[in-house]
Amino acid sequence: MLKISTAPHFYSSTDTRSIMRDVIIALLPAGAVAIALFGIAALTTLVTAVAGCVFFEYASTKWWFKQPPATRDLSAVVTGILLAYNLPCNMPVWMTLIGCFVAIVITKTAFGGIGKNLFNPALAGRVFLFISFPVQMTTWVRPHLFDFMNTDVTTSATTLNILKHVDATSSATQLTAKLDKLPDYLEMFLGYTGGSMGEVSALALLLGFLYLLYRKVVSWHIPFYYLGTFFILTGICWLTTSSPAVEPVTHLLSGGLLLGAFFMATDYTTSPMSENGKIIFAVGCGVLTFVIRRYSSYPEGVSFAILIMNAFVPLIDKYAHPRIFGTGRK
Amino acid sequence: MSKIKTFSVGGIHPDKYKITSDLPIRDAGIPDMLYVPVKQHIGAPAKILVKKGDRVKAGTLLADADGIVSADVHAPASGEVVKIEEIVGEVGYLEQMITIKTDGDEWEESIDRSSDLIREITATPEQIVGIIRAAGIVGMGGAGYPTPIKATVPAGKKIDCIILNGIECEPYLTADDRLMQEKAEQIIIGAKILNKALGIQKAIIAIDENKPHAIETMRKLTRSYVGVNVAVCATKYPQGSEKQLIAAVTGREVPPGCLPVDVNCVVQNVGTVYAVYEAVQKHKPLFERIVTVSGDDVKNPGNYRVRIGTPASYLIEQAQPLETPGKIIFGGPMMGTAATNLAAPITKTTSGILLLKTASVLDPEQTACIRCGRCIEVCPQGLQPFAITGHVRRGEYQEAKKIHVLDCMECGSCSYTCPARIPLTDYCKLAKYEIRKKK
Repeated sequence: MLKISTAPHFYSSTDTRSIMRDVIIALLPAGAVAIALFGIAALTTLVTAVAGCVFFEYASTKWWFKQPPATRDLSAVVTGILLAYNLPCNMPVWMTLIGCFVAIVITKTAFGGIGKNLFNPALAGRVFLFISFPVQMTTWVRPHLFDFMNTDVTTSATTLNILKHVDATSSATQLTAKLDKLPDYLEMFLGYTGGSMGEVSALALLLGFLYLLYRKVVSWHIPFYYLGTFFILTGICWLTTSSPAVEPVTHLLSGGLLLGAFFMATDYTTSPMSENGKIIFAVGCGVLTFVIRRYSSYPEGVSFAILIMNAFVPLIDKYAHPRIFGTGRK
Repeated sequence: MSKIKTFSVGGIHPDKYKITSDLPIRDAGIPDMLYVPVKQHIGAPAKILVKKGDRVKAGTLLADADGIVSADVHAPASGEVVKIEEIVGEVGYLEQMITIKTDGDEWEESIDRSSDLIREITATPEQIVGIIRAAGIVGMGGAGYPTPIKATVPAGKKIDCIILNGIECEPYLTADDRLMQEKAEQIIIGAKILNKALGIQKAIIAIDENKPHAIETMRKLTRSYVGVNVAVCATKYPQGSEKQLIAAVTGREVPPGCLPVDVNCVVQNVGTVYAVYEAVQKHKPLFERIVTVSGDDVKNPGNYRVRIGTPASYLIEQAQPLETPGKIIFGGPMMGTAATNLAAPITKTTSGILLLKTASVLDPEQTACIRCGRCIEVCPQGLQPFAITGHVRRGEYQEAKKIHVLDCMECGSCSYTCPARIPLTDYCKLAKYEIRKKK
């Protein structure tokens, strides 16, 4: 029996599942760093988040959509990992599970499942937890390499917190004391600093991102324009005010900026489809991150910036088109 | 080595499977029965001149072109016309075909059957166009557009360059590759003939990078021909598409709804140009062509010289399938047609017959769009296949038209690359069909 179908008769080997698998592989280095620095607590949070997201995805598609469970495409695993990376490692398990519920059921399934959600699920989950449980969400564990029972909890500030309050210091001695607490560039680059478990190591995130570029899973546009915009704005601000609060390299390496730019802003579903749309989106993220970090009461603005820009994606997609071949040139 | 040329937007890199590029062209022989369709081209079907019981020789005119956009059809071998009726063709539609029961290989006396190379072009431009028309030559790359139209300069237009399309960007196919390796000089003379017809000097032979032998052969020969040059293009699909090829070679982009002549170019497939050489210098009408028989289900793949009208089953027998094929494709895997029956004949535009195993043609499972943007990235025309698909699913064909679905050339890049396996190309085809139906 001959099979009849329209052309093309060949397909690329890349499918949704293989893309998600690549993203998971790209996220592994950051996870390894988190476990090495924060110990068993980081592993617990990671496993809880992944298991929670997969369970909610399975349950909601099966019993709500009455459809075969969509967990096979691995997208819930990616959401779980990203959510965990956005949490402090000593997050209570039940809070993490609430984050999973918000991420998968409210942000994703309620909008129609994979590909239809307006907001990035992991970020929505994080922001929900951040607003509901501000204390737990800002209690960090100090990194101790290979101390797996690490419970060196601190409520004192992360890099961004210190920077936030630099401008408020009255005396020069206080200022110096504060700035002394800042980690140096190398520590920030390697991840030997407090923060959400997945965001600390710039090196690990960069490795993962380079893998995604190599596998052609994401293009360079969004991270480049996002980080570029942010770097230029903080740079201008730093040069004009000479306040150490906006020193651009520290800003670039601290907080969730790299995690957000590499893995959250590049999320397919919640970013524009066309290249010029992606550039608009990324520049918007950069501007908003700068504005929130510099002028709002929050030390960190990546999650809010990306979520706000997520809301503009349908509008951007409506107006940002690729150039039609044979038009608009010469 | 000069710069590798290519088009700027989109394109994909499917696996090539060019397993037959080193296999010389073999003669397929003449089957007992030939089924010659009267419409093997774009335009009106040719008017049948013969009747049942007539004896024909290879090269005898069977059907006459009906108007300008049409083409003559000639007998591919000697024999007797036994039937003129509608037979199911490759796509499954009934087509008017002339059935010839063959009894040998006697050719019309006017045809020069020697293998001598005739370099000198004696025919005048008007004569050349007339000969091309009488030889029933159409674009052999796939579209089947009558060649005489492209051998004349339309009123008010200017043509400064003819591009020979030696890009075979479809996987598996090697018919043009082999032809360029074996009949290089004939192709160059064919180009000069077309140059003369158009009154210009310049011809560019575009070949993609993965045909080093063809490039080398052509480079050597073009040194002795003024105005003929080789342009090496990147191995990328759909580099062989007319508009993308012009963009790569000349940097000019054909605007939507326009023809190559609007940017002063003409593109001819190398097979067509070879047919022009044979018609003008050897007086041989177009009744045979090179066909690649390949796929992952053949023991004996190869490039065959095949008489038009040969049933696919005759070629498949020679190629020896390893198992019962799951799919048989006329043409390449990206744009070819899945055949409904094996008796369907080879036409002037059939560049290949591909046999694929059942295991390699399973329908992939369709999942939800994840908005990855790959379809936009690969579309060589700068379209948004996902948006077109959305409109078509809601029945909004006019909306689809507004986002330029009519510029889609159905190359299949979007469907090929979609990770959710959404048949985007099919939606574009449907939109084009619905929009044109309404007109």
